[in-house]
Amino acid sequence: MLSVPKGPTEQTDALLVRGVSHRFGAMLALDDVSLAVPRGGLVVLLGPNGAGKSTLFALITRLYDNVTGEIRILGHDVRRQPAAALQQLGVVFQSRSLDADLTVLQNLAYHAALHGIGRGPARRKALDALAKVGMDDRVGAKVRTLSGGQARRVEIARALLHDPACLLLDEATVGLDVASREAALAIVRGLVKERGVGVLWATHLVDEVADGDHVVLLHEGRVRFSGPVPDLLELAHAQTLRDAYMRVTVHASAEAL
Amino acid sequence: MTVTRTATGTHATAQRLGAASYLACFSGIVWREVLRFLHQRERFLAALVRPLVWLFIFAAGFRQVLGVSIIPPYETYVLYEVFVTPGLVAMVLLFNAMQTSLSMVHDRETGTMRTLLVSPFPRSFLLVSKLMGGVAVALLQAYAFLAVAYFWEIEPPPLGYLTVLPALVLSGLMLGALALFMSSVIRQLENFAGVMNFVIFPMFFASSALYPLWRIKEASPLLYEICRINPFTYAVELIRFALYAQVEPVSLSVVLGFTAAFLAAAIFAYNPSKGLLARRGEPGGGGR
Repeated sequence: MLSVPKGPTEQTDALLVRGVSHRFGAMLALDDVSLAVPRGGLVVLLGPNGAGKSTLFALITRLYDNVTGEIRILGHDVRRQPAAALQQLGVVFQSRSLDADLTVLQNLAYHAALHGIGRGPARRKALDALAKVGMDDRVGAKVRTLSGGQARRVEIARALLHDPACLLLDEATVGLDVASREAALAIVRGLVKERGVGVLWATHLVDEVADGDHVVLLHEGRVRFSGPVPDLLELAHAQTLRDAYMRVTVHASAEAL
Repeated sequence: MTVTRTATGTHATAQRLGAASYLACFSGIVWREVLRFLHQRERFLAALVRPLVWLFIFAAGFRQVLGVSIIPPYETYVLYEVFVTPGLVAMVLLFNAMQTSLSMVHDRETGTMRTLLVSPFPRSFLLVSKLMGGVAVALLQAYAFLAVAYFWEIEPPPLGYLTVLPALVLSGLMLGALALFMSSVIRQLENFAGVMNFVIFPMFFASSALYPLWRIKEASPLLYEICRINPFTYAVELIRFALYAQVEPVSLSVVLGFTAAFLAAAIFAYNPSKGLLARRGEPGGGGR
């Protein structure tokens, strides 16, 4: 068996998921999933389409409640203390979620309001967050005039506006060209170092994973591996991450059969 | 807000969401709805033209066909246009509510809805705020219609423009709450045509919006009974009396009751642990 899930231990991790399963009717979408994202750390949630990444994100963001296990954001239980937990969470969703009819600043002001931030501070925080992603020169632009890469950067700025301890990015580079993808990745990696944000980066693209990253490999709703990239390569007897990823997912699928 | 310094950066720690935060959130959601509406000029035009077409063409044509006897709140014979105006104001609210429902289904499909639902405020508060945003837009439309209608000799007492405000808010809330609930039930945007056929048109036509109830009773006792169980009828009557600075207690009670029921259903549907979305694996990007 290739899976080596390591159980999270720190209560003050930016994000802690422990023993979470979830069903949609008869379909088991997540099966006993555990992972941890430390503060100031980046964890890549790697898995093919349909692995359960979006379901896990829906539970972390409390779009619906987890029935089993626990999910904590900076120690706050998402189900029992949703207000405290969600205040510490910034999210970049897979699908575009900016309002195309509004300007960049109006979109950020709306997000600030959703976190209870008044107009004055909201403007200041918005300009600050936009400067960090290099979009402060497009403050008054309508979102529909932005390129895909620019819109993504605005979404990252929006997710940072309320100073969250934990940032979730769900397939954030889908639909972006290579340059925009690299720019988005560089911004996020910079945030981890400079601001101590804990980042969970969900992707199905193995070339977005750096050698030093901690990887959680999710496949068919189960964590198949959790650890640093070199350990995965060693465990899968693979030269490249792509090979290791294929071996683990194919092996797991064969095992399921 | 307290701030924690970590080895590598700063984060805001858990903050009590006080009254000022709630106010900021509420006004932000309402402001966004109004802003979106003002940006969509075609929507404003359509919202204004629709009841005006009914007033200028339909009502003018029916003036000679349909006589309206003296029924409260009117103290004398009134033109058909005068009678039909409260119904058309209610129609403005109904269409706006369904437009809000449509935009929520769209938001759910595109993912915009998630930004609302991931807010740390209670979901019931977020939904009510969203509802109030829709009502604010509906009020703009309703008063714009009444202003144009004034020049078409629809002249309720000046006080009526003020006393109709709470009736518009309450009726808007009732229809908005119904639309909010429906937005959780409708799975795809394409299904919205069905809403038009099965909700908007029956609600509007099987009510006292276009004809007095006694007239309907004479024509068809069955239709009369349907009109009597239609909550839209009571919204129309509430607005009709309020426009003449009067309160119709039965309509007020029924509208209050339906508002509470529809709101409870909508909050249940969007509840993260019990709601319909959780069972289906939605909203937005509902992939695994």
